[in-house]
Amino acid sequence: MAETVLMKGNEALAEAAILAGCRHYFGYPITPQTEIGAYLAKRMPQVGGVFLQAESEIAAIHMVYGASCAGKRAMTSSSSPGISLKSEGLSYLAGSDLPAFVVNVQRAGPGLGGIQPAQADYFQATRGGGHGDFRNIVLAPASVQEMADLTIRGFELADRYSMTAMILSDGTIGQMMEQVVLESATPTEYEKPWALTGTRCEREKNVITSLYLAPAELEQKNLSRFERYQIVQRVEATHEAYCMEDADICVVAYGISARVSKNAVAAARAKGIRAGLIRPITLWPFPTEALKQAAGSVKHFLSVEMSMGQMIQDIELAIRCTRPVSLVSRVGGIIPTPEQVLLAIEHANKGEAV
Amino acid sequence: MIVANRPHALTTTPTHYCPGCTHGIIHRLVAEAIDALGIEGRTIGIAPVGCSVLAYNYFNLDMTVAAHGRAPAVATGLKRANPETIVFTYQGDGDLASIGMAEAVHAAARNENITIIFVNNAVYGMTGGQMAPTSLPGQVTQTSPYGRDEALCGLPVKVCEMLAQLDGPAYIARVAANSVKNVRTAKKAIEKAFRNQVEGRGFSLVEVLSTCPTNWGMTPKDALAWVDQSMIPYYPLGVYKDKSTKEAD
Repeated sequence: MAETVLMKGNEALAEAAILAGCRHYFGYPITPQTEIGAYLAKRMPQVGGVFLQAESEIAAIHMVYGASCAGKRAMTSSSSPGISLKSEGLSYLAGSDLPAFVVNVQRAGPGLGGIQPAQADYFQATRGGGHGDFRNIVLAPASVQEMADLTIRGFELADRYSMTAMILSDGTIGQMMEQVVLESATPTEYEKPWALTGTRCEREKNVITSLYLAPAELEQKNLSRFERYQIVQRVEATHEAYCMEDADICVVAYGISARVSKNAVAAARAKGIRAGLIRPITLWPFPTEALKQAAGSVKHFLSVEMSMGQMIQDIELAIRCTRPVSLVSRVGGIIPTPEQVLLAIEHANKGEAV
Repeated sequence: MIVANRPHALTTTPTHYCPGCTHGIIHRLVAEAIDALGIEGRTIGIAPVGCSVLAYNYFNLDMTVAAHGRAPAVATGLKRANPETIVFTYQGDGDLASIGMAEAVHAAARNENITIIFVNNAVYGMTGGQMAPTSLPGQVTQTSPYGRDEALCGLPVKVCEMLAQLDGPAYIARVAANSVKNVRTAKKAIEKAFRNQVEGRGFSLVEVLSTCPTNWGMTPKDALAWVDQSMIPYYPLGVYKDKSTKEAD
């Protein structure tokens, strides 16, 4: 049954978590993601779930670790400074190969920064965000609808690959209201024979740990984890292409920057400039193949991001620096305007410095 | 007739603990409590970071390891996700009283229905004997080579006294594992801390004064005596809070 409603991005995400079968939320208040906690504080008791306000972001992520050990779908949400605190837990979740769902509604940093939207946690999210070799699946919604859809997908991916799926959103997508269709779905039941449910004195004990004191064993753990990651990279990279068929100039942007960039690309097309947009929906795995392919005909890439240039490195890596890539950015909580992006497209099209 | 046996909740794996360390005794007391209550099949243990990080090798139970200090948060997640299970953490003094103080205090404040076995040996054992929050005034450790100096690093944290001030927890007790008499009292306290959880009474913490001959630079025998002479006077044994006796009154 589908229901069309007007909702904030954060609320759509929260309701989608319920639809995805999540009954365990642990979180700590922080702007601009507070609607997620507020919504689930009301909803979880209605569906027999657990909403628990933790004493810190650190405690919240470790509560998620505990609930995930029990084999249950569990989540936490926060914003940039809070995600830094959760990085310890992200590393332990990865080291123990536990599924988890984590939301970062980004605000500007570093430090306490500000409470306006930003995309400056790209490195932190896509490189794992904690000590040791690991990755998270990172999903970047660009609409309220995608806040819901990618949440449902995120829970599925987390269980399928036994790893953390993270929503990397921003204060704008989280706070703005749009029409959203919420589809009730039956979440896939994944077998979790490793879960800590008690042995019932009927089976061998289960142990969940990230500790392997023997280097050879730990190396093997890392290698097999990265074999799994390779499958994720091969199968799960997702993007949206807009006006890319004959594009000379390719704008690459995700989240709110992609919304702005789409308008700029449309305006450039109206002026006869062959511009296009590649919008990564998964930031890890990054849609490398799509960019590699685009590099065959595109003359110039533009990375539009609300950071000092983070995703731009993944674009350069994807196309092996075979084409110029320029940064178009605003930071500190400011969203680039379509005019700014259009101007950059025009400069790039004329072969001028962006 | 068998009068004493290995508790079923313990594995046959030899422990890695140093000679004279009381972790082995405390592990046994936990296992005996689990056997006595018949809860092995539904008990989940959480090992800390510290000397007892490998406790999962020694218990016949589903187990995990928490990040340093986070065991009460992990226990909260496990217990809330599956309230039918019996969840306990086993934590040292560095783990619980220093880096994990917030998690311990708030689990107690919420009266989380879990059991915590808090092993206090007044030193960081695994890393080689650094000053702990529970190191005694004047105690020489690797990081207090001139003795713990009050002016420099304050005075020890008395966990039981502190947690007993909270309205939340059901049961807070301090025992010691250094003599037959004390071990017997400890056994009763640990069993009560598990029974409380089975009966849904809530947060129960048993602090067990323990030894570290290796890092104290003592023989095992002297270490047992040091618990009596130095630790117990600073950390008095007893029940600091027991909601069940209050109900009985």
